Amino acid sequence: MESVIRTENLTHVYSRGTPFEKTAIHDVSVEIHPGELVAVIGHTGSGKSTFMQHLNGLLRPDSGSVYVDGEDIFASKEATRDVRFKVGLVFQYPEYQLFEETVYRDISFGPRNMKLSESERDERVREAARLTGVGEELFERSPLELSGGQKRRVAIAGVMAMRPRVLILDEPTAGLDPAGCAGVIRNITDYREETGSTVLLVTHSMDDAAKIAGRLIVFHEGTIAMDGTPDEVFSRQRELVEMGLDVPQSAAIADALRARGVALPASIYTSRSLREAVLDLAGGVAPC
Amino acid sequence: MLKDITIGQYFPGNTIIHRLDPRTKLILVVVYIAALFTAREWLSYGVMLLVTCAIVAVSRISVRTLTRGMKPLVFIICFTGVLNLFYTTGGTTLFDWWIFHVTTEGVKRAVMMVVRILMLISGTFLLTYTTSPMALTDGLELLLNPLKKIHVPIHEMSMVMSMALRFIPTLIEETDKIMSAQRARGADFETGKLLERAKALLPLLVPLFVSAFRRADELAIAMESRCYHGGEGRTRMKQLRMAGRDWLALFSGAALLALIIVMNVYGL
Ligand SMILES: Nc1ncnc2c1ncn2[C@@H]1O[C@H](COP(=O)(O)OP(=O)(O)O)[C@@H](O)[C@H]1O
Ligand SMILES: [Mg+2]
Repeated sequence: MESVIRTENLTHVYSRGTPFEKTAIHDVSVEIHPGELVAVIGHTGSGKSTFMQHLNGLLRPDSGSVYVDGEDIFASKEATRDVRFKVGLVFQYPEYQLFEETVYRDISFGPRNMKLSESERDERVREAARLTGVGEELFERSPLELSGGQKRRVAIAGVMAMRPRVLILDEPTAGLDPAGCAGVIRNITDYREETGSTVLLVTHSMDDAAKIAGRLIVFHEGTIAMDGTPDEVFSRQRELVEMGLDVPQSAAIADALRARGVALPASIYTSRSLREAVLDLAGGVAPC
Repeated sequence: MLKDITIGQYFPGNTIIHRLDPRTKLILVVVYIAALFTAREWLSYGVMLLVTCAIVAVSRISVRTLTRGMKPLVFIICFTGVLNLFYTTGGTTLFDWWIFHVTTEGVKRAVMMVVRILMLISGTFLLTYTTSPMALTDGLELLLNPLKKIHVPIHEMSMVMSMALRFIPTLIEETDKIMSAQRARGADFETGKLLERAKALLPLLVPLFVSAFRRADELAIAMESRCYHGGEGRTRMKQLRMAGRDWLALFSGAALLALIIVMNVYGL
């Protein structure tokens, strides 16, 4: 299959030549296919954010290259600028980027930069607002007076409104309450279903990763330590723990049960599959 | 990018220069500058250069870091050099054309001026490179303490200064982040006419101010909830103490200044 994003031996060094020199990512080669939903996990400081900022040309690699739709994004200035609209990046704590007087104008900032027509812009803003659950009654409010969760949605809508073919979100649920987290995760899966976009999601929640992602990439000390289906990755529990990472709660429970001699099948990492496996053992039908 | 600004930056370390009391270092910088301006002839410049190099070596600050910090000042240094080269009279004429007269005295003055500025910058950079901003303001506050008698608000001034220093890196980092976030939405900070560029700064400045005010608010609340009420009767967790090495360093500084003065008197 043709890949939508491909990186080759990507290496990035911060503050080169100073006492603070730091190799953030080293020799990262990866291919992302169209329509995939990839969860990227890794300990804080493992280089996830640095890697993501290369994919839309915000950071230039010290060596290596990035191809989007087979084209080198650093080949020319125009290519680097165009890729911003193809690959949409939602930063960590994106609510700090809100600046317009009204929610509507803030969401339309990206489409305005794309030089779209008025009607096209309006359509996109409304679509993005609908997908993120930002009600139209908020359109004329100042983004600064919204609640934390609402601000986050507006900021995400601001990137979705550019209708990027690849949507990257850097820890979009950080600092939200459980309901807010679930809401944002739902927005992301909705966006993907409606537009058929490719999604890369940086997250610390193994449960979210297990639930929605078809592929997991694990970063460790600036390199890719694991890359595979949730099954493959979560079966290597010991290694994950050594990297300071967790496994989903259901996987941990299944593991503890196995250790006590309960004959559970392998590859349990969502609450649903755990429930089914336990019910199977109990003889089939759910009690209620 | 913005990260490359190193003026006033602190590079942690554990050399003897790093461990000197900030008061000692502040006094020594003043003494050093006094000695620099007293030095008049080649020999005394040589002594100063030797001392400067020795301090740089002991502090383990790389020469590259030092020269990188000087980059923004290159223009001033060159300007001073050229000015001295053409506008000094005396000595034998080496070169004479139209309004340009270069004399041996001019060459000497130009070289000395440039060397002096370079050493001046190195000395003050070494102070900030090896002293944390907190230690620096604490030292300054203690040194200026006597001025409180004539009602100069020394404590408040040093508090303001230490907070400003503390938040400069934070603000730089934040600027970087917001710029990236807006670039990701297609903002363009580099091209366009002057007016367009000024307008393009809006998406950067508004969030920056909002967050600066938010931070100031949070800081004020944090300070109040820890019962901060000015410098009156406030004690310190980290007491500054002069150690043996501090007295030794101060003594060496005084000796250097004395030596340079004597050399000046004898025209060396
Ligand atoms: N702007 C920067 N300047 C210098 N070092 C940085 C910068 N951004 C990140 N780093 C360093 O690079 C490493 C990787 O950081 P990052 O990509 O943010 O990791 P993650 O997103 O996985 O937490 C960390 O050690 C971090 O300290
Ligand atoms: Mg990060």
